[in-house]
Amino acid sequence: MPQEIPADSVGLVEPKTHHFDTPLELECGRTLPSYELVYETYGTLNRNASNAVLICHALSGHHHAAGYHSMKDKRPGWWDTCIGPGKVIDTNRFFVVCLNNLGGCHGSSGPSAINPETGQPWGPDFPMMTVKDWVNSQVRLADVLGIQRWAAVIGGSMGGMQALQWSIDYPDRLSHAVVIAAAPKLSAQNIAFNEVARQSILTDPNFHGGRYYLHDTYPRQGLILARMVGHITYLSDDAMRMKFGRDLRSGRFHYGFDVEFQVESYLRHQGEVFSRNFDANTYLLMTKALDYFDPARDFEHSLETALSKPSCKFLVMSFTSDWRFAPERSREIVDGLVHAGRDVSYAEIDTPKGHDAFLLDIPEYTKLFGAYMHRVANEIEHGSTAESDHA
Amino acid sequence: MRDDLQLISQWIPKGATLLDLGCGDGTLLAWLGEHKQAQGYGLEINQDNLAACFEKGVNVLEQDLDGGLGNFQNHRFDYVVMTQALQAVLRPDQILNEMVRVGREAIITFPNFGHWKIRAYLGLKGRMPVSSALPYEWYNTPNIHLCTVQDFETHCRKHGIQILERQVINREHRRSILSKWWPNLFGEIAIYRVKA
Repeated sequence: MPQEIPADSVGLVEPKTHHFDTPLELECGRTLPSYELVYETYGTLNRNASNAVLICHALSGHHHAAGYHSMKDKRPGWWDTCIGPGKVIDTNRFFVVCLNNLGGCHGSSGPSAINPETGQPWGPDFPMMTVKDWVNSQVRLADVLGIQRWAAVIGGSMGGMQALQWSIDYPDRLSHAVVIAAAPKLSAQNIAFNEVARQSILTDPNFHGGRYYLHDTYPRQGLILARMVGHITYLSDDAMRMKFGRDLRSGRFHYGFDVEFQVESYLRHQGEVFSRNFDANTYLLMTKALDYFDPARDFEHSLETALSKPSCKFLVMSFTSDWRFAPERSREIVDGLVHAGRDVSYAEIDTPKGHDAFLLDIPEYTKLFGAYMHRVANEIEHGSTAESDHA
Repeated sequence: MRDDLQLISQWIPKGATLLDLGCGDGTLLAWLGEHKQAQGYGLEINQDNLAACFEKGVNVLEQDLDGGLGNFQNHRFDYVVMTQALQAVLRPDQILNEMVRVGREAIITFPNFGHWKIRAYLGLKGRMPVSSALPYEWYNTPNIHLCTVQDFETHCRKHGIQILERQVINREHRRSILSKWWPNLFGEIAIYRVKA
């Protein structure tokens, strides 16, 4: 709860909703006849709409990336460390847009929203979404906001994948793509973890085939388990050791199955909180979208060919202790871009914080990310797009 | 721009592609991009240098040279450049091989340990030479594989690396008659253009 709004915060913000009536054709073959996207904006769009930045959210993220909804909020938006006046993504210079992806559970059309055709919650009938579908829907939001070309599309983890997809599918509509802690596709191990999370939800007796809304319940236990296993992959072995070690809650063994170790307590707490705030069907859908992500698939499985499509410049960043999407995975993207002759810079941030590091204020990360964004802003303000890099 | 970089930039034709190993703050790449429409990437591990490259809009990849250049295809670049870093890598021989594999040509500069002042320092004082070009003590120097002009040329001959061009300059980065005739004795910095 902020006593007063910090000076480097975007302050109190309000989400907006846009209703789209043009049907959206989806990769799965189905069509969404109409839908809503909820989004927030920070900063001011300049006269020629050239300072807009799109923030793509990760698995459990949403449109509320920075600032506060009310003075009662315990915490600011999920990427408040990076977005604000004078921060890495400087709202004095950029117009920042962040939306809740389709299929989400924070206001955009998704399984927990009402299907206008039936008057009931969509539930399992909501169509499966892919990263490509999300990008297509984001393009329409850009059109509504009058943004022909993003100064940058930025995202961490699943958000980074969207930035990558943007660069391949809409090369003329962004100048920079910032891809953080991402991968060009999920590994078998990544999919395996997602499947454990999904199975814990699907086998929860309260799941009711995804129609739990009608039974006035939800698969709480399944969601808790899903988040617990997910959370392990977001932290590193070192981060857990530093945070919890083998510390006991009461200082001694109780020889039972109640919470004894601090790490157990932490995971259960994270699961609890998450289960109260996140929709199970959305979790299923988002993890599946992650599994399906593989832009090279459209180019005979050649990442190099896929990455010859973009014309924007890239910043790729990874974190040394991230084992969910390890630095090697980011380097696959970098190698593909170098092979394709694209403009790319790459930084590997040395930190024990694991995958979640992309959300944190780590000095080296903030400095390098900030330096890059500084240049993006300079290009807009001084009109030097450095197009001469390519002769 | 540093004088050795200026010399190098004269060797690079318009529109060339290049890889700059240990690119520092990206000065060379930025200059070549602007004046010769060259396209390329720098490799760097120093955080301040990475940030400087980001600001300049120079493509830079965080990559340790001691890990090799295995991520780059054969002849991916017209030139692979390495200035004042050969003596600081773990295996100069291996990085040289990698440079002439990844680049059609390679450009290398290094401090010549055969310069008469260095010889005199060791010969007369009996201590490891310290100079403005090599300002470190023996125990903290990053320069772990110093070599002379003669060492370098012998190595190239033995390993089938062709020397296309050589320049030796003094600390003021000027050429002199003496260093032209006796490069190993009067050259302080050696600059080579080589290929496989």
